[in-house]
Amino acid sequence: MTLGVKVLSGFRLSRKLNRSLTVSLMLFLLLAVFGCFMALPLLFAVNNAFKPLDELFVFPPRLFVNNPTTDNFYDLFALMGNSWVPLSRYIANTLFITIAGTVGHILFASAAAYPLAKYRFPGSKVLFNIVVLSLMFSGAVTSIPNYMVMSWLGWINTHASIIVPSLGFSLGLFLMKQFMEQIPDALLEAAKIDGANEYRIYWTIVMPNVKPAWLTLMILQFPILWGSDGGNFIYSENLKTLHYALGQITQGGIARAGVGAAVALMLMIVPIALFIVSQSSVIQTMTTSGMKE
Amino acid sequence: MQAETSRPTVPNLVQTNKPSRFALRWKELKRSKHYYILMSPYMLVFFTFTVIPVAFSLLLSFTYFNMLEFPRFVGLQNYSRLLLDDDVFMIALKNTLLFALITGPVSYVACFLFAWIINELSPKVRAFMTLVFYAPSIAGNVYFIWLIVFSGDRYGYLNGFLMKYGFKLEPILWLTTEKYILPILILVQLWLSLGTSFLAFIAGLQTIDKSLVEAGAMDGIKNRWQELWYITLPSMRPQLMFGAVMQITASFAVADVSIALAGFPSVNYAGHTIVTHLLDYGTIRFEMGYASAIATVLFFMMIGTNIMTQKLLRRVGE
Repeated sequence: MTLGVKVLSGFRLSRKLNRSLTVSLMLFLLLAVFGCFMALPLLFAVNNAFKPLDELFVFPPRLFVNNPTTDNFYDLFALMGNSWVPLSRYIANTLFITIAGTVGHILFASAAAYPLAKYRFPGSKVLFNIVVLSLMFSGAVTSIPNYMVMSWLGWINTHASIIVPSLGFSLGLFLMKQFMEQIPDALLEAAKIDGANEYRIYWTIVMPNVKPAWLTLMILQFPILWGSDGGNFIYSENLKTLHYALGQITQGGIARAGVGAAVALMLMIVPIALFIVSQSSVIQTMTTSGMKE
Repeated sequence: MQAETSRPTVPNLVQTNKPSRFALRWKELKRSKHYYILMSPYMLVFFTFTVIPVAFSLLLSFTYFNMLEFPRFVGLQNYSRLLLDDDVFMIALKNTLLFALITGPVSYVACFLFAWIINELSPKVRAFMTLVFYAPSIAGNVYFIWLIVFSGDRYGYLNGFLMKYGFKLEPILWLTTEKYILPILILVQLWLSLGTSFLAFIAGLQTIDKSLVEAGAMDGIKNRWQELWYITLPSMRPQLMFGAVMQITASFAVADVSIALAGFPSVNYAGHTIVTHLLDYGTIRFEMGYASAIATVLFFMMIGTNIMTQKLLRRVGE
C-alpha cells in the first residue's frame, strides 16, 4: 500500500505541464499491471526456492511460501557434494568465465573505442561502420564458421572458446565509443603537452573518465556469460558451468524441483544485484547510446 | 606557401617536390600507428569471430560440407533445396516472421511506452520500476521459471488456477500442444525483451531539454500526446534508432526460449525458428553448407529489416 501511495505521489501531477489527472491514473494502472506481469515470475522463483517439498506439490498451487525453509539449499550442496564434480567447481568455472570475459571485454573495447571516438585516421570510419552493421545481426549467423575457427585453433573444450569471442562483443564497443566522445578534447591536449603518449592518455585520462561506461559494459556482458551453458564448445564435465549444472538438476524431475529452484535463485540474484548497484551509471552511459544519422 | 611565392612558370617543379599521394598516406598511417595498436586486440577478436565468419558463411553456403571431407562446390543447390524442398524451413520461416512481426514491434513500443511512463515518476520510484521491468532480461536466462507456470500437470500455476476455479476439469499440456506453443513463446519472449533499448529510452527521456517542453506549451501544445509527437519523439530519434536495431535483431534470433520451453525439436515443429533450424543442421546433422545457407538467409533478413526500419525512423516527427 505504501508503495502505491509513493508511486502516485511520484507523478507530481500539479507541477507538470499538459498533464491530465485521468490519463495519468490510467497510465499508472497500465504500468502497475505490466509491472506485475514482469515481476511475478521472478517472485515465484524466489518463493519456490524457499518452499518445503510438500508446499511445492500442493494442489491448488500456492504462489507464495507459507513456511519458508532453507532445506533446498542444504539439499543442493549435499546432492552436489556426492557427485563426481562438486558444485563449487561449476561455480568456479562460471565465475572464471564471467570475470575474465567481462574484464577483458571492458579493456579491449575501451582501448579500441578511444581512437575511434577521439581521432580520425585512415579506416576509422569504415571500422566503426562495420561495428554498427554487426549490431544488426545476431551471433547465430556466425555460429557455423565460429565452430570451425574454434576447432582449428584447438579451443574446443576450453574456456577460451567462451571467453575470447565475448571480448569482441560489438555492442560494448559501440556504447563505449559514443560515451567517450563527450570527453573534452582540451583534457587530452593538456596531457599531450605534458608529454604523455597515447597509451598513457588512454590509461590515466580516458579510462578514469568513463567509469559509468565500464559498469554498463559489465551489466550487458555479465548476464550473457553468467547464463552461458557452455554451448557446443565444452564437453568435459569439470569445465562445465553452473547454468549447465542447473539443467542437469532440473532434468532429475519432480524430486529435484526444490533444488532446481534454489539454483535458479542463485543464478538470477547475482546479475540483478549488480544492476541495482550500477543502475545510475548505466543510465548515464545510455544517454549517449543514440545512433547518428 | 611555396607555390604562392614562386613565379607562374614554376608550378610543375613545385608539384614534383610535393610528396606523392602514397607517401602522404603512408605518413598518415605512421602517425596513427598508436591508434591501430590500441585497436588491434579488439579488432583481431572482432574480425576473427564476427566479420570473417560472415564472409566465410556466405562462401560455405555454396558448398556441400560435412566437416570431414573438403567442401565441394554445389552452386545454388543449398538455396534451392532450402526455399523449394524444405517444408520444415517453411514452418521455421513462418514462425520467425511471426516473432519478428509481433514481438519486434510490440516489444519496441512497450520499451518506449513504459520508459515514457516511468520517466514521469520521482527518481526513487523510477529506479525501482526500471529494475522491475529490466530484471527479467538480465536474470541470467532463467526463463525456465515459465516452465513452472505452464507445467502440464495440475501443479503448474496456470493449470492449478484454471482447475481450482472450474474453468477446466483436466490439466492442459501447454508446452506440448501445438496450438499453444507459439503464443506461449511469444509471451515469454516479450517478457524478456525489455532490455538494452528500454534503458536507452529511459536515458534518452531524461536528457530532453526542459525548455523545449516549455516553449512547446507556449506554442500551443495542449496535451501529453502532442508533446510526445512534436517534442519527445523527435528529440529522441538517435535512441529510437538504436533501440530499433536492438529489438529487431533480437526478435529474429529467437531460439533459446523455444528450446528451453518447447524442447528441441518442438512438437510438430510448432516452436521451430530459423535459428533452431540452423542449429539442427549445424550441430546435429553436420550439414555445414546447408546450415550456412540458412545463416545467410537469416543474415540478409536481419540486415534488410534493420536498414528499412532505420529509413522509416528518420521520418519520425517530421
